[in-house]
Amino acid sequence: MPFAFFVLILCQLVGELVRDALKLPIPGPVIGMFLLAAILGWRLRGNPERGIPKPLETLAEGLIANLGLLFVPAGVGIIAEAGLLRQDWLPIVAGLVGSTVLGVAVTGLVMHWTMRGR
Amino acid sequence: MLHALGNLWTPLAATPLVWLALTLAAFWLGRLVQRACKGAPAANPVLIAILLVAAVVLATRTSYASYFSGAQFINFLLGPATIALAVPLARNLDLVRRNLYSVGTALLAGSVASIVSGVAIVWALGGAKTVALSMAPKAVTTPIAIAVSQQIGGVPALTAALAILGGIVAAIIGQTMLRRLKVHDWRAHGLAAGVAGSGIAAAQVASLNELGAAFAALGIGLNGVLTAIVVPVLVLLWG
Repeated sequence: MPFAFFVLILCQLVGELVRDALKLPIPGPVIGMFLLAAILGWRLRGNPERGIPKPLETLAEGLIANLGLLFVPAGVGIIAEAGLLRQDWLPIVAGLVGSTVLGVAVTGLVMHWTMRGR
Repeated sequence: MLHALGNLWTPLAATPLVWLALTLAAFWLGRLVQRACKGAPAANPVLIAILLVAAVVLATRTSYASYFSGAQFINFLLGPATIALAVPLARNLDLVRRNLYSVGTALLAGSVASIVSGVAIVWALGGAKTVALSMAPKAVTTPIAIAVSQQIGGVPALTAALAILGGIVAAIIGQTMLRRLKVHDWRAHGLAAGVAGSGIAAAQVASLNELGAAFAALGIGLNGVLTAIVVPVLVLLWG
């Protein structure tokens, strides 16, 4: 568990350093995610039986299973934007729902169609 | 000395602990409600928790800043949790590699459709330009959305709210809609959740299927990168 948490934080740290150094508009944790996936993928490729270290797997599964909780603090921030929300509520609600529905449908359908062809 | 020791045991004053406890309790309650509703996506635990906490924060006339002083410890875990998505991704790397063409095409189409339609709808209905700009990057994971919004002249806090609300919308309607469109593959469900609804919709899919979780992780990561590049370019063209 301490090692697993160290791995996650280290990847985040490296991600932040890379972002700072290269002035990327991508956040550190996303760079860190691709970094860890590459390391784990490389490790699995060399020796599939070795697998992903068990503690890391357990910690990752625990965090992902409770991912929703982690969005609550930022989500409550909506109350601080009450003014804008009240003033432009119709374009906001319509734009939000419309673009999200379209985004889900287009991604899902294109994925479905292109996978069927192969 | 005694004072210092006291600080050692209670790095948090009572009030931030109250907000931390409230956030945890509200989400736990949201989970119970969803379980009672047999996992119905509409009973989204994130939405329930946000509404409960917001109601208490407003009723007690607490500022968002003082609420966040306690809740930031939960917020901090967003970073490590994003990194943790690498685990299901790595486990399914072969599958991802085999579907790279589909993933790339679907990602590009879905991402651009979501960005352009969001801005266009706000614009058409007479919303402020800052609102339209705040809408543009809202489909991606909150930290990226905030960074992009700041860069293009949106309101970062509004973008954060939209990113979370959009994720809730995608979590609630995504699966039902895709099934009605005759899309049943977990790879498509996962990718669509990750691309259009980031972490919240991904959490909904991930709780149901491992393959879905892997493609959702991929969708979040790739769309984060793509949006960070595409949105500033589109805004430049829009003028």
